[in-house]
Amino acid sequence: MNLLMIIRVAFRALVRNKMRAALTMLGIIIGVSAVIAMVSIGQGAQQSVQEQIASIGTNLLFVSAGAQNVGGVRTGTGDTGTNTLTVEDLDAIKREVPSVSMVTPTVNTRSQLIFGSQNWNTQIQGVSEQYPDIRKWTVQDGSFFTDADVRTAGRVIVVGQTIADNLFPGTSAVGQTVRVKELPFRVVGVMARKGQDQQGRDQDDTAFAPYTTVQKKILGSPRVQVAYVSAISADATYTAQVQIGQLLRQRHKLGPQDADDFSVRNMSDIADAANQTNSIMTMLLASIASVSLLVGGIGIMNIMLVSVTERTREIGIRMAIGARSSAVRTQFLIESVVLSLTGGLIGVLLGLGVSLLIPSLLGWPTAVSTAAVIGSVIFSAAVGIFFGYYPARKAAALDPIDALRYE
Amino acid sequence: MQSTLEIQTQNVGVAPGVLSKVDEAPVVISLDHIHKTYTMGDVEVHALRGISLEIKQGEFVAIMGTSGSGKSTTMNIIGCLDRPTKGHYFLDGEDLSQLSKDQRADIRNKKLGFVFQGFNLLSRTSALENVELPMLYAGVETSERHRRSMAALAAVGLAGREKNHPNQLSGGQQQRVAIARSLVNDPALILADEPTGNLDSRTSVEVMEIFQRLNRERGMTLILVTHEPDIADYADRVVVFKDGKIKSDYRIESPRNAAEELKLLPAVDFEDDDDDSETVVNEVAEQKEA
Repeated sequence: MNLLMIIRVAFRALVRNKMRAALTMLGIIIGVSAVIAMVSIGQGAQQSVQEQIASIGTNLLFVSAGAQNVGGVRTGTGDTGTNTLTVEDLDAIKREVPSVSMVTPTVNTRSQLIFGSQNWNTQIQGVSEQYPDIRKWTVQDGSFFTDADVRTAGRVIVVGQTIADNLFPGTSAVGQTVRVKELPFRVVGVMARKGQDQQGRDQDDTAFAPYTTVQKKILGSPRVQVAYVSAISADATYTAQVQIGQLLRQRHKLGPQDADDFSVRNMSDIADAANQTNSIMTMLLASIASVSLLVGGIGIMNIMLVSVTERTREIGIRMAIGARSSAVRTQFLIESVVLSLTGGLIGVLLGLGVSLLIPSLLGWPTAVSTAAVIGSVIFSAAVGIFFGYYPARKAAALDPIDALRYE
Repeated sequence: MQSTLEIQTQNVGVAPGVLSKVDEAPVVISLDHIHKTYTMGDVEVHALRGISLEIKQGEFVAIMGTSGSGKSTTMNIIGCLDRPTKGHYFLDGEDLSQLSKDQRADIRNKKLGFVFQGFNLLSRTSALENVELPMLYAGVETSERHRRSMAALAAVGLAGREKNHPNQLSGGQQQRVAIARSLVNDPALILADEPTGNLDSRTSVEVMEIFQRLNRERGMTLILVTHEPDIADYADRVVVFKDGKIKSDYRIESPRNAAEELKLLPAVDFEDDDDDSETVVNEVAEQKEA
């Protein structure tokens, strides 16, 4: 008896019990579609991170105080009180590293902005006048502050769209005066809308003031947390990164044995960190989803065991008229594989459908992974073989005389 | 429907000299001092205590005996479902006593046909598919399988019933499907285990008529296990088992003729209760007779 005929026999046996076959497949259907949907969500998140990073620009470098190690142990960040990065360091970078075109320090603080009877708590970033060019972020109304404002620590401020909407509803923000910690600031510009960043934070809920102003008049501290550095081109990014590192080690008088007290990262480092987080999330979601595949497999085993007992007489008949044990075993194994594989294929279709619906229903980006589709189909076939083997062996081991007598 | 069968078998009757022909025929089955011992816990049960039996080609043998006499065990050994503990079993001259499980499955498939008391058809499977089953395991190709199944079903008078499932057929019809199934691989021997045990007396005669016809027209070797003496009377030879031994083995000089008996039975007693195809067949049959 050839395999094709055994497959036909197995199909006929399943068709005879349509309802049961459908319910048994449900476990696998849910498992496979969940895996595919989860991986699609993970991949979608990863893709959108990469798109955002590409839109920021690949010639951007981050210099921060304290050492930071992506994926490693040292995770010192700029705002833990380290004073290792100074404005003088940044001036030196601008002056002495030829592959660097622009530099801006950032000094962050949170504060209340008060306008008339309105007030708004927001992040205030102290930056240089080159910030909009480095971040490729345009000013919508008015203008950004100038290097004269930076030199004189002028009380000028540029607000994001969210602040403009909330503090100055219906009126133009430019030319108005807001108070920050009792100090009046003149609003000179409103940034263009930028939307959420990859962590979902509203980038428009930020105000920009000259870093000198923030250091002297708001924080009262000369330290710099992070600096954005723009290399002259994307190709020069790596050179710039290395040269900045050498310069800062020299300026900080670090010996060959000393570890860096600063860190210089490029966008691909940042992307790596974001991707790592995302892939951990994806793995987590997919492994939770594959638990239901496992449960589905146990369901198949259960039904196949019931089926073997219930069809003992049928097995006896088949053996009496000349079915070898191997033919009976193959028949039941194929029944189980057909169940799981059909379930897997339906699950793939359902998973693809869900992946297509999620962006419009939940607003999350999704990207279907071919590997996940192929993987879950193969996995569901493997589930069928694994969980079908024991019942099939049980069927094949039956004695035809006893099986025929079974009531 | 069996009117058709009557026509087919009318001229056959009991051919004179059948027995002498059988005497010259080759031996199909030879049991040589067969012992079978079962161990149940600490107790050894001797189901068979040295059975020797020869059955020649074209014989119609009834095996009789009370339950526990060893007739079912003998059937299982002849049917290659079980192996003797001691002794030798030859089928067509081949020693089958020590074959492996797979080899016995192949023998059952190609050389033996089974008919059971409980019909043992696959439920929710059409008559045609049931009959095709042994050929499926023999690897017969589709068109040939179909042709042979249709022919076998026609031979047992079930033409036009191919698509019916067992639950749409009467007991007699189901048993005829089972007989068709036992025939399709052209076996050396058909084993019928209490084939009329679940049937009423008229249907029993119908089934016996088919067996007699297969035996006389095709020279098919038949072994029939029964505990009803009047069913055994349709056979040419009776072997009686008692306590794991053969108690007696005798020929019936003039067996009952099922075809003749059917003619005498009133047709109103017809067991098939349903559709018009019966009447059509009957009408056609009557026209032919006329």
